[in-house]
Amino acid sequence: MIIIFALFLLSLLVITALAIVQTKNLFVAVMLTSIFSLLMAANFFILDAADVALTEAAVGAGITTVIFLSALALTTEREKAVQSAQRLTLVVVAVLATLIIYATFDKPRLGDPEAPVHQHLAPWYLEKTPEYMDFPNVVTAVLGSFRGYDTLGEVFVVFAACIGVLFILGVKPPGDRHYDPHASGLRHHLIPQVVGRLLIPFIVLFGLYVQFHGEYGPGGGFQAGALIASGVILYALLEGETAALRAVPRYVLMGLVIGGASLYGAVGLVCILLGGNFLEYSVLSSNPVSGQQLGILLIEAGVGMAVCGALLSIFHAFAARPMRV
Amino acid sequence: MNLLELLGYFNYWVFAIVLTVGLYTVIAKINLVKKLIGLSIFQSAVFLMYITMDKVEGGTAPIIQKGMENQVFSNPLPQVLILTAIVVGVSTLALGLAIVVRIFEAYGTIEEDEILDAD
Repeated sequence: MIIIFALFLLSLLVITALAIVQTKNLFVAVMLTSIFSLLMAANFFILDAADVALTEAAVGAGITTVIFLSALALTTEREKAVQSAQRLTLVVVAVLATLIIYATFDKPRLGDPEAPVHQHLAPWYLEKTPEYMDFPNVVTAVLGSFRGYDTLGEVFVVFAACIGVLFILGVKPPGDRHYDPHASGLRHHLIPQVVGRLLIPFIVLFGLYVQFHGEYGPGGGFQAGALIASGVILYALLEGETAALRAVPRYVLMGLVIGGASLYGAVGLVCILLGGNFLEYSVLSSNPVSGQQLGILLIEAGVGMAVCGALLSIFHAFAARPMRV
Repeated sequence: MNLLELLGYFNYWVFAIVLTVGLYTVIAKINLVKKLIGLSIFQSAVFLMYITMDKVEGGTAPIIQKGMENQVFSNPLPQVLILTAIVVGVSTLALGLAIVVRIFEAYGTIEEDEILDAD
C-alpha cells in the first residue's frame, strides 16, 4: 500500500518540477517550489528519514518560499519568453537523463539490506549510540558527536552566508525610493490577523520542543532554529517590519548568530582544556555518558541559535528594502 | 525482472529526471531568479538520491526504543548529511538572491541578455 502512495508522490514531484520550468510567472514558480518541497518532505518521511522530513518541511516549504517572495517583491514577477540554446540544452539534458537511468540498474534496489552503504559505519553508529550517549535518536548522536566537525563546519557556512547577505544588501538602495516601514504588514486584514496571532505562540513553542526533545525524537537545532524563525517571520508579515524588529531587535539577531557559532566552538575548546580532543564531550562530566549528553545539548543549542538568528537576519535584510513601484 | 523489482529503481529514475529538469532550467533559462529555482530543484534531487540510499527494507526511522527487540533501522548517516545540507542550501540560496536583488537595482532587469546588452 505504502509503495503506491510513494509512487503517487514521486510522480507528483516530477509533474511539479516540470510545471515550475514551464510557467512564465515567477510568483507561480515560487509557490510551486513550496509545494515541491512539501512533496519532497513527504517522500523523505516514507523513506524513514523523519529528521530530514521535518527540516525540509520547515526550511524548504517555509523559509525558502518567504525569502524567494521577498526577493521577488524587490525585483520583478514576469519572466521573458526568450531562452538560450533551447534545442541543444534539451538534447544534452536528455542524454544525461538516459545515462543516469542506465546507470541506476547497477545500483542496489530500494531497501536492499545488503547494499554497500549499510555495511560499514552505519551498524557501528546504531550499536554504539545507546552505549556512548544513552539516548534514542541516532541521527542527533551522529550529527552532534560522531560527526561534530562536519556540523561545526555547516554552522560556520550558515554564519558566513548570513554575513554575506548582510554585506550585499547592507548598502543603501539607489534612486529616490524611500522605504516606508509602516506600509508593510497585514494590519488591516482581520482574518490573517486573528488566525496568525493564534498560531505564532504554538509555532515558537513547537520550535522549543523540537530543540530540547531532539535527543529523544525527530528534531534538533537545525529544525528548531528554522521553526522559531518562521514564527517570528509570520509576526513580521502580520504586524509589519518595524513591529517585528521591535520584538526581536537586530542586535539580538546578531548576538544569536555570533553567540551560537561561538558556543559551538567554545564547547570544543573546553573539551581540549579538560584534557580531551576537540569536540570530545566525554570529558565534560565525570561520567562519560552524561558528558556526551551535556555536550550535545550545548552544541544543539548553539546550532539552534545560529540558524534562527541567521535566517531572521537574512529575512530582515530583504524585507527592509524599498519595494519596486 | 518482475514489476516490484523494477519499482525498486523508481526513486532513482525520479532522481534522474528531477536532476536534469533542474539542470535544464539552470542552462536554458535566462532569468536569474528562475536559474536559482532550477539550482534548488537540482539540489533537492541530490537530497532525494541520498535519502533513497538510506532505506532498509522493513526498517524504521533510526530512533532506538527501549524494550523492543530485533528492530531494523534505516541508515542514519545519509540523513545527517542531508539534514545539514538543507539548511546550508537555504543560506547559500539567500546569498544568490541577494546578488540578484543588487543586480536588479543596478540594471533594472534580471534577464541575462538585457544585462549583457547594458554592459
